[in-house]
Amino acid sequence: MTASSPEFVPGPKIKEPRIVSGRVRPGAEQWSWRFMRLSGPVLVVLILTHLFVNLMTGDGISQIDFAFVAGKWAAPLWQWWDFLMLALAMLHGGNGMRLLINDYAHRAWLNKTLHGALGVAVLGIIVLGSLVIWTFDPCPIDADPSLLPSFCEDVR
Amino acid sequence: MWMWVVHRVTGVAIFFFLLIHVLDTALVRVSPEAYNEVIGSYKTPLYGLVEAGLVAAILLHAFNGLRIIAVDHSTWALRHQKQLVWAVWILFAILMVGFLPRHLMHVFGGA
Ligand code: HEM
Ligand code: HEM
Repeated sequence: MTASSPEFVPGPKIKEPRIVSGRVRPGAEQWSWRFMRLSGPVLVVLILTHLFVNLMTGDGISQIDFAFVAGKWAAPLWQWWDFLMLALAMLHGGNGMRLLINDYAHRAWLNKTLHGALGVAVLGIIVLGSLVIWTFDPCPIDADPSLLPSFCEDVR
Repeated sequence: MWMWVVHRVTGVAIFFFLLIHVLDTALVRVSPEAYNEVIGSYKTPLYGLVEAGLVAAILLHAFNGLRIIAVDHSTWALRHQKQLVWAVWILFAILMVGFLPRHLMHVFGGA
């Protein structure tokens, strides 16, 4: 058989990039690739622990209410945990979505619009989520006391 | 090839879930009533099944992601591709068997 027969094509066939971004940032895609592989294993620990604590311990999903969240965020550990999970998951997921947009949105205007919307969504959610974690008030003054965590009694 | 499709689909699904998830968690800044009301609807059977699907998607994406990383970094893993795909599915099955009964009990058992 000759090297030109189909069985002998080495490796996957890689076509030319379908869209040319017009921007040249040497190494940017390599950092993207590295970031996906560095954030992945950290996210495994963060998210599987999140799921285990919230769904498997205690009464699982049935236990989740305002008082449960207040109880968790009373500890800086869980505040930092959720903050790190928020930032890493949104950046990892956002970067993944960016790759998908580049793969599927070929028309230039669509590609641009989707990247814009993605950027706004990722930044907006990270800012909102961070504000929620760091400005959280476990004992709002006008709230029904029966919905609050028990430690609020000492605060009043 | 199939794992590539699984990885893409689960990644996108988790991304959109996370957008909604941060928004619903933000309700703790509105009022305890607002938060409890929305989270309350997540305890219904329909959402209970959606949550099971979400956990399945996370586990698959997570273990397959680790497999991708391993294959990129070690020729041993590259040579044992097939076995590693099996490992992903077996680990996935074991964790789901541990998770599902307990979760479904919480959702359907009224616990
Ligand atoms: C649980 C831990 C996770 C691990 C170990 C992990 C691992 C990975 C890896 C290694 C890649 C790169 C694949 C490649 O370059 O071919 C990737 C892609 C991706 N991930 Fe994750 N990931 C995790 C969590 C998440 C989360 C939480 C989200 C969503 C918020 C997400 C969304 C995505 C998306 C959309 C892609 C792009 C898919 C593609 O290009 O085909 N991942 N993941
Ligand atoms: C059905 C499964 C899930 C349930 C029941 C759940 C429940 C909760 C609850 C009760 C909180 C409030 C604080 C805390 O408990 O730490 C929270 C926050 C959070 N969860 Fe989840 N979660 C689930 C799945 C996930 C997944 C798969 C991810 C990651 C992709 C995630 C990411 C987050 C983040 C980033 C926060 C912080 C939100 C903020 O900054 O406002 N969760 N979740």
